[in-house]
Amino acid sequence: MKHNNSVSLFQKEQVQESIRQSFVKLDPRLMVKNPIMFTVEVCTAIMIPVTLYSVFNSQQGSFSYNAGVFVILLFTLLFANFAEAIAEARGKAQADSLRKTREETPARLLVNGKIKTVSSSQLKKDDEFVCEAGDVIPADGEIVEGLASIDESAITGESAPVIREAGGDKSSVTGGTKVLSDRICVRVTTQPGESFLDKMIALVEGASRQKTPNEIALTILLAVFTLVFIIVCITLKPFADYTCTAITIASFISLFVCLIPTTIGGLLSAIGIAGMDRALRANVITKSGKAVETAGDLDTLLLDKTGTITFGNRKATAFYPVESIDKNKFIEYCLLSSVSDDTPEGKSIVELARQNGLKIHRLHTEGSQMVKFTAETKSSGIKLKDGTEIKKGAYDTMRKLSEDAGNLFPEYIMSLVEKITSNGGTPLVVCVNKKVVGVIELQDVIKPGIQERFQRLRKMGVKTVMVTGDNPLTAKYIADKAGVDDFIAEAKPEDKMNYIRREQAEGKLVAMMGDGTNDAPALAQADIGVAMNSGTQAAKEAGNMVDLDNDPTKLIEIVEIGKQLLMTRGTLTTFSIANDVAKYFAIVPALFMVSIPELAALNIMGLHSPESAILSAVIFNAIIIPILIPLALRGVEYKPIGASALLRRNLFIYGLGGIIAPFVGIKLIDLLIGVFF
Amino acid sequence: MNTEILGVILQIVLMVGLSYPLGKYIARVYKGEKTCLDFLKPVERWMYRLSGINPYEEMDWKTFLRALLVVNLFWFVWGMFLLVMQGVLPLNPDNNPGQTVHQAFNTCISFMVNCNLQHYSGESGLTYFTQLFVIMLFQFITAATGMAAMAGVMKALAAKTTKTIGNFYRYLVLSVTRILLPLSLIVGFILILQGTPMGFDGKMKVTTLEGAEQMVSQGPTAAIVAIKQLGTNGGGYFGVNSSHPLENPTYLTNMVECLSILIIPMAMVFAFGFYLRRRKLGYSIYGVMLFAYLTCTAVNVYQEMNGNPRIDEMGIAQAGGSMEGKEVRLGSAATGLWSVATTVTSNGSVNGMHDSMMPLSGMIEMLNMQINTWFGGVGVGWMNYFTFIIIAVFISGLMVGRTPEFLGHKVEAREMKIASIVALLHPIIILVGTALAAYLFVHVPQFVANEGGWLNNPGYHGLSEMLYEYTSSAANNGSGFEGLGDNTWFWNYSCGIVLMLGRFVPIVGQVAIAGILAQKKYIPESAGTLKTDTATFGVMTFLVICIIAALAFFPVHALSTIAEHLSL
Repeated sequence: MKHNNSVSLFQKEQVQESIRQSFVKLDPRLMVKNPIMFTVEVCTAIMIPVTLYSVFNSQQGSFSYNAGVFVILLFTLLFANFAEAIAEARGKAQADSLRKTREETPARLLVNGKIKTVSSSQLKKDDEFVCEAGDVIPADGEIVEGLASIDESAITGESAPVIREAGGDKSSVTGGTKVLSDRICVRVTTQPGESFLDKMIALVEGASRQKTPNEIALTILLAVFTLVFIIVCITLKPFADYTCTAITIASFISLFVCLIPTTIGGLLSAIGIAGMDRALRANVITKSGKAVETAGDLDTLLLDKTGTITFGNRKATAFYPVESIDKNKFIEYCLLSSVSDDTPEGKSIVELARQNGLKIHRLHTEGSQMVKFTAETKSSGIKLKDGTEIKKGAYDTMRKLSEDAGNLFPEYIMSLVEKITSNGGTPLVVCVNKKVVGVIELQDVIKPGIQERFQRLRKMGVKTVMVTGDNPLTAKYIADKAGVDDFIAEAKPEDKMNYIRREQAEGKLVAMMGDGTNDAPALAQADIGVAMNSGTQAAKEAGNMVDLDNDPTKLIEIVEIGKQLLMTRGTLTTFSIANDVAKYFAIVPALFMVSIPELAALNIMGLHSPESAILSAVIFNAIIIPILIPLALRGVEYKPIGASALLRRNLFIYGLGGIIAPFVGIKLIDLLIGVFF
Repeated sequence: MNTEILGVILQIVLMVGLSYPLGKYIARVYKGEKTCLDFLKPVERWMYRLSGINPYEEMDWKTFLRALLVVNLFWFVWGMFLLVMQGVLPLNPDNNPGQTVHQAFNTCISFMVNCNLQHYSGESGLTYFTQLFVIMLFQFITAATGMAAMAGVMKALAAKTTKTIGNFYRYLVLSVTRILLPLSLIVGFILILQGTPMGFDGKMKVTTLEGAEQMVSQGPTAAIVAIKQLGTNGGGYFGVNSSHPLENPTYLTNMVECLSILIIPMAMVFAFGFYLRRRKLGYSIYGVMLFAYLTCTAVNVYQEMNGNPRIDEMGIAQAGGSMEGKEVRLGSAATGLWSVATTVTSNGSVNGMHDSMMPLSGMIEMLNMQINTWFGGVGVGWMNYFTFIIIAVFISGLMVGRTPEFLGHKVEAREMKIASIVALLHPIIILVGTALAAYLFVHVPQFVANEGGWLNNPGYHGLSEMLYEYTSSAANNGSGFEGLGDNTWFWNYSCGIVLMLGRFVPIVGQVAIAGILAQKKYIPESAGTLKTDTATFGVMTFLVICIIAALAFFPVHALSTIAEHLSL
């Protein structure tokens, strides 16, 4: 489910449902929301009596001509409705497949310490339920007790199980996922029907779909355009009278419908829905359509270093003993200190030692005592049976340890520590009996391909900022290596917040991704806050998007989806308006050729007859809508080539194309229907 | 090379060459920087004190517009009173009568909106007093109104975020004292040297070569002609405007007058670039306008120099091109050039009769006014372009996948609403007015007959005449296809209304857009920002203008100018 973009755009059931919906949506009460298509509907309605009239009287043109215009207009409406319906159907199908994961499952509700089995749909906010290995979690919630490994593949498509535990930032579970081991007690965090998914489904289905600011501005422009063309067509009547030309109602209506931007008018809502649908396909749940649009405008991205830019686990990459000690002996010390250290760092030391030929089982560790890492001591280690104490830890802690014991801190180690730090590594100083014996270099490994992604973002005009708890030197090294534009070192939650505020004060739009409760204020402050699905409820409430994959690089995709959404609207508007040139040249000569034969010179397409010319233009106007549906659903491709180059490219394709395409299309249609008219 | 064409090229080179330093100077004037005319400061201070204005009081856009509209309303009352009463006022040696109310309404509005549509003839319809204190006064202050509005817009756009856009009165005074007055003095002196009259004597009795006696009108002509050209006013001293031998006596005066039409509108575009320190943006706007201007000039000069095929058919030689309605001392090329200069700007003065020009020249003239932004009226022409930039920015912003922004400010629904209304009001008032006239002409012939029949030419050309009249009114241009009997109740009132809508709705809208944009948070430019000073964006704006402003007129042109051209 992770990337099912390859699925065909039109699936049989969806198409059938959409065709049905196309007729349902003819209801004027629904139609009036779209001013452009509503005027087309009014015109279609006018054509009914006109067509009937033409059965008895040919003053308004032949019956076949009037009936032709009526049928084509009806199809124009149906095509526009179909575009919206198919976009809705696709979004709904996507949402349904997610919703399927949370169908009725039994829930073991905890009432006064007793377990009562109810249906998941009966769970209310703040109810608590219990899940054991093999259970499907019945609702979104937060673990209040216990720890479990959970298979989230139903939501994320990722097969590796994840650990979720009470307290901290990994306490959130999603309905529909499966508990693989252990037992947890979960508190429900949402009312039935109000989960993010439910909100998203409502957005796609249009019930709560609100127009975004750009959509509103565009609708205004298109409505004013429509108004001008109403005037153009109405005023044409006295001008025609002046030149003693009779124009039939059908011809007036045809001219009008061809001139108003029906192409974009018919596809506008489909484009908006498809944008949210694409976000959903990227496994991102958005709380509003506006959020997707805003994403396209982002100026600054705040990314956590860990997990986004680097793998997050610092790995031991080298052992540096002091001169007085044998390297193998030093490695042995290192290994001993990490025997029961199950932090990723500790494991990587064992791994590196093994590569150097040392194995744990050869060591004599019976009777020894482990010293666990704590925040106060900032070190961990082992106390052997013979009383030897081996400790490894941060440079300043170990320096203090050895100096307090009266041992000198060697210059050589000093310079090593500095060298490692300036290379972006973390030095772990090892002491034996409070005497420094060497340094282990830990390095953070940058994810492959991340540089290219940042390169791409820079071309889009998005500044990337790395947030890390590392010291400034390390942070700078990684920032340079990964190619981010700025970094916040030794970051505390309020640093993120301040950075966001500062950027926003400069008028920039900022996005960040977060999962912890302490990220929540920053997520709320950011223009786009993407919360990880694995994050806490507070984080999810604060952000305006939730990423089901928990993938920190998802922001990049979201930016592109937002841009695509705007671009699709812009290019299709341009295309639609550019089409008018050819339509004028098809219809205006057709209207006046009979009474003013000289105007035949304007018939540059050489269309067969006035009636065939008008019908061809109206037919072109109608069929261009379904032809462009795939483009509206898929979105115009975004290329990070700079705004001016992109404008040139799109102006060339959709502007020039919009002028030329109808000339060709109308001529071809005319060749076909010229046989009949 | 043909000397006529050489003359045209020379004039264009001079216009472009002179507009550059003038633009630099204008930017300095509005910024309040040091200029060579600072010795006028005491005069200005005296004016401020006399009218109780604090020139340094900053206005927000609403106060700014209120000041603009109130001053205009005052001038309207002033003008109406003087025009109706002119018969009994002094400086009336030829004893011309007062104007009728509907004529005074039309005249007063038309001069107040910087249009100078004239449904009267200067020799008999006005007195020296009203020529000076209505016509010439309005020609200064209404031109200055447009320039002051643009100065406000520039100030708004230059700031990162601001609530105030400067002081309207200060901009108004500076426009007159620092720009219009000095230039008028220069042009006026050249005209006097070339023989244009400047005095207060009544009609002169002249004995012609044939021995007949003729009364020749004169008066304070040179002063009025200079500002008429410079302030894109166009209201001639004499009825036939600059084709009159005393208003425009020689080829040299013709060059100076033609230059004067375009020099300030051209300079304003440069001034915009200098004022905002965005020269490249200024140049790119200038480039688009100049391209359109040159293209139109090429068409008209070619059309007019080529002559009329109907006359060819009669076997009459037309070595000088189509000379009907043109002055022999000026020639067809100079008239073709002028016809474009006067219609791209909202000037409207003529040195030949547009009614007699070739149909395609007529179409170009009307299209220029229907678009009304290729340099345009002083100040307001650039502001019209600003409206189109907003629309172009919006569409192209969407096309590159970013919420549209212009000069660091987001363009949102409210600005789009105003910009769309302003841009599309123009075609609407022109089409509705013309359609109303055509309807009355066809369906209520007795009304038209009572008004004197209106049209001297039936057929397509008649429609062109009516279309031209409303186009000229809406664009505040003021030139006419003089085949139309337009000094009637219907034309005076309907054109008066179109004039007002065509003037004040755009100014109010454009200042409002600038004011609203300026209040928004400033967004710094990033790599994703669409640059508006590139050739690509220039092309985009050009296309937006052509499609929005020009395309709506295609059907009506097909029935008037194009039909006439094809039936030649």
